[in-house]
Amino acid sequence: MLKEWAKFKGFSAKNLPKEEPFAPGHRACQGCGEVLALRLALKALGMNVIAISATGCMEIISSPFPYTSWRVPWLHVAFENAAAVASGVEAALRALKRKGRFPRNRRVDVVAFAGDGGTADIGLQALSGALERGHDFVYICLDNEAYMNTGVQRSGCTPYGAMTTTSPPGKKSIGQMTWKKNVPAIAAAHGIPYVATATPAFFLDLMNKVKKAALVEGPAYVHIYSPCPTGWGTKGEDSITLAKLAVETRIFPLYEVIEGKYYITRKITKPKPVEEYLKRQRRFRHLTEEEIRKIQARVDAEYERLLRLAECL
Amino acid sequence: MGKRIAKEVSIAIAEAVKQCRVDVIAAYPITPQTHIVEHLSELVANGELDAEYITVESEHSAISACLGSVATGARTFTSTASQGLALMHEILFIAPALRLPVVMVVANRALSAPISIWNDHGDIMAERDIGWIQTFAENGQEAVDLVYHAFRVAEDRRVMFPAIVNIDGFTLSHMIEPIELPDQEQVDRYLPPFRPRYKLDPRKPLSMGPVGIPEIYTEAKKAQDEAFKNAYKVILKAWDEFEEVFGRRYRPVETYRMEDAEVALLIMGSLAETAMTAVDRMREAGKRVGLVRLRLWRPFPLRDFVKAVKGLKVLAVIDRALSPGATGGPVGTEVRSALYQVPGRPRVVNFIAGLGGRDVTVEDFEEMADRAYVYMKKKPKEPYEMIGVKE
Amino acid sequence: MPKGKDTALISWKEVPFGCYILEPGNSVGFKTGDWRSFRPVLDKEKCVKCGQCYIMCPDMTYTQDEEGYYIADLTYCKGCGICASVCPKGAITMVVEEV
Repeated sequence: MLKEWAKFKGFSAKNLPKEEPFAPGHRACQGCGEVLALRLALKALGMNVIAISATGCMEIISSPFPYTSWRVPWLHVAFENAAAVASGVEAALRALKRKGRFPRNRRVDVVAFAGDGGTADIGLQALSGALERGHDFVYICLDNEAYMNTGVQRSGCTPYGAMTTTSPPGKKSIGQMTWKKNVPAIAAAHGIPYVATATPAFFLDLMNKVKKAALVEGPAYVHIYSPCPTGWGTKGEDSITLAKLAVETRIFPLYEVIEGKYYITRKITKPKPVEEYLKRQRRFRHLTEEEIRKIQARVDAEYERLLRLAECL
Repeated sequence: MGKRIAKEVSIAIAEAVKQCRVDVIAAYPITPQTHIVEHLSELVANGELDAEYITVESEHSAISACLGSVATGARTFTSTASQGLALMHEILFIAPALRLPVVMVVANRALSAPISIWNDHGDIMAERDIGWIQTFAENGQEAVDLVYHAFRVAEDRRVMFPAIVNIDGFTLSHMIEPIELPDQEQVDRYLPPFRPRYKLDPRKPLSMGPVGIPEIYTEAKKAQDEAFKNAYKVILKAWDEFEEVFGRRYRPVETYRMEDAEVALLIMGSLAETAMTAVDRMREAGKRVGLVRLRLWRPFPLRDFVKAVKGLKVLAVIDRALSPGATGGPVGTEVRSALYQVPGRPRVVNFIAGLGGRDVTVEDFEEMADRAYVYMKKKPKEPYEMIGVKE
Repeated sequence: MPKGKDTALISWKEVPFGCYILEPGNSVGFKTGDWRSFRPVLDKEKCVKCGQCYIMCPDMTYTQDEEGYYIADLTYCKGCGICASVCPKGAITMVVEEV
């Protein structure tokens, strides 16, 4: 518990904010889990926000001129630099407040949104720099596990075995040959006050984590698992089911890292087999039983590792 | 009036930036820009300059942070050179399109490879088309003066475009020169506070940086181009007012001993001072040689330039950058194209000189002028020639 | 820029400064409901007013009425069916949109 959270009671189903800082009329695909994650995150943050988007699905679908879905001030510059742009916004606010050109006591949360490619790959350096420098901002990675905006190419966050347009399974390949990059751990390694993982399936957990991230003084990183029906070959209606299954199979565990200490926020004592999650998605359909066993073993080992981290309190 | 004292040009530039009361600086160290940003961080550390100094992890992030900062309504400065400028490349185009008036000093330096820390204009010529206001300084005093001017023009509501002040790396950045820094009161009189009409503020939300579908992209670029061309008037006016406040006069195209000249050298940056000496010598020898200096490179001062070279027989354009396989150096091709429609235009010959820190001496300029005289009678075989290259 | 003008007809002189969009959230003018081939139908008998449909909707389709029911405004509903799939009581069914 950080001192900044003392007054925050937490959201509940009964006290959800009415405001929608993100407007409908956006052009996300049917059943997009990413735009839902974005909506929920903004709902938690409220209207006193300056938002920065990296290039990507959420930027494209929210701002085809002359339309914008943003009801809060919003800036998009490029793909790999959301964290750097946010650094500039945050520094400017600090300077302007100090010099009396922006109301000193007016709270403004600076939040950067980027996809997994914009975070784990091309934007990793800018993210690392911004976290290390200690800017007071929230960085939200909306992870749909590939470059969806350009047509489903693999990223560092694409899970092992997944079929994408640049990790196609074939005679000599099972699809993605590498394991998902652990970006929350990289963020945590910067010694920042707050890191969390979330998914829209557990919307209160997501909103509370985003709000806590905003309240923290200094950098905070929230990694949100965001189902993509188009890229994963799933039904739009299944997005929440999958987001839930990812947690229940321990594939995407929910946890927080508060000042370096790990806390599992949803312990999964009786995990479902990963197969249940994998078989619902076309991107994993080619996997053999042996590959699925390999994935299960990896998921078990990673969860064990996480448990041990959480035990080291 | 401030006192004229000997100062390293980089230090003087940092002092000028301080006098401009910047709010945010985001910069990454690269030779030969380092003394500027080191001194700025010192001024911030000492409390002499009330600003946020963002110690970014790359030039790409430097310029990105600058865009975020200006968009929030803060006066913002950065500085870079060579590889650093090249790393910024992608973002440089976005600043003017979003009308975000960052001011940047580029300490011009050659691009790799081979890696070279020394001066030429290869870095900035690769950024010709970014849509920033670009000026070139000849000496320390100009460098400082152009910084005040850059903020004044860039942030003018009729302009709102970013600006680069080019200074030659080492040959200018590291020189100790007598420089007059004005009083703070003078700077404040010249440079009003930054008050952009639009900025990121939750009290009045707006969206910056939307998607431009084919139905609007061309119109957006046309609007940007027209606004940029219109900035020209403001640039000139700001130099007029500069003269009123500080007593020094600047023009987009400046000439030296051009009365009755038949041959002229054209150059940008600090080498102009060497070229002047060469012109003096040749004049003494009875040759009708003059000098044209382009102080403003973007927007290109077309009309003033055409006027300046009127009556010449040969114009020798000296490029400090190579454009391999092209029809000339970047300045040479530009000037040729600018004069193409002009009746009675001079013949344009193009020399590439002073690459990667190679000296261009008074004798080199004399040689170029002599070759220009030869080409008065006979067309050169090649569209450009390299000067001072060892066979 | 003149409000409501077709983007294809905008003159360069009408392009707003910096191509900024000055009207926050004006995408409400873009009706994504046209994309729909299924639409959600609520059975109020089964509904327990839990609001899962409301909070899980990527298109902000649901609003609460005076009686506390969450009602779909189909203006933006793309017919993804998330609401039906998350409804704990099976009170929402997706039916084929009649053209």
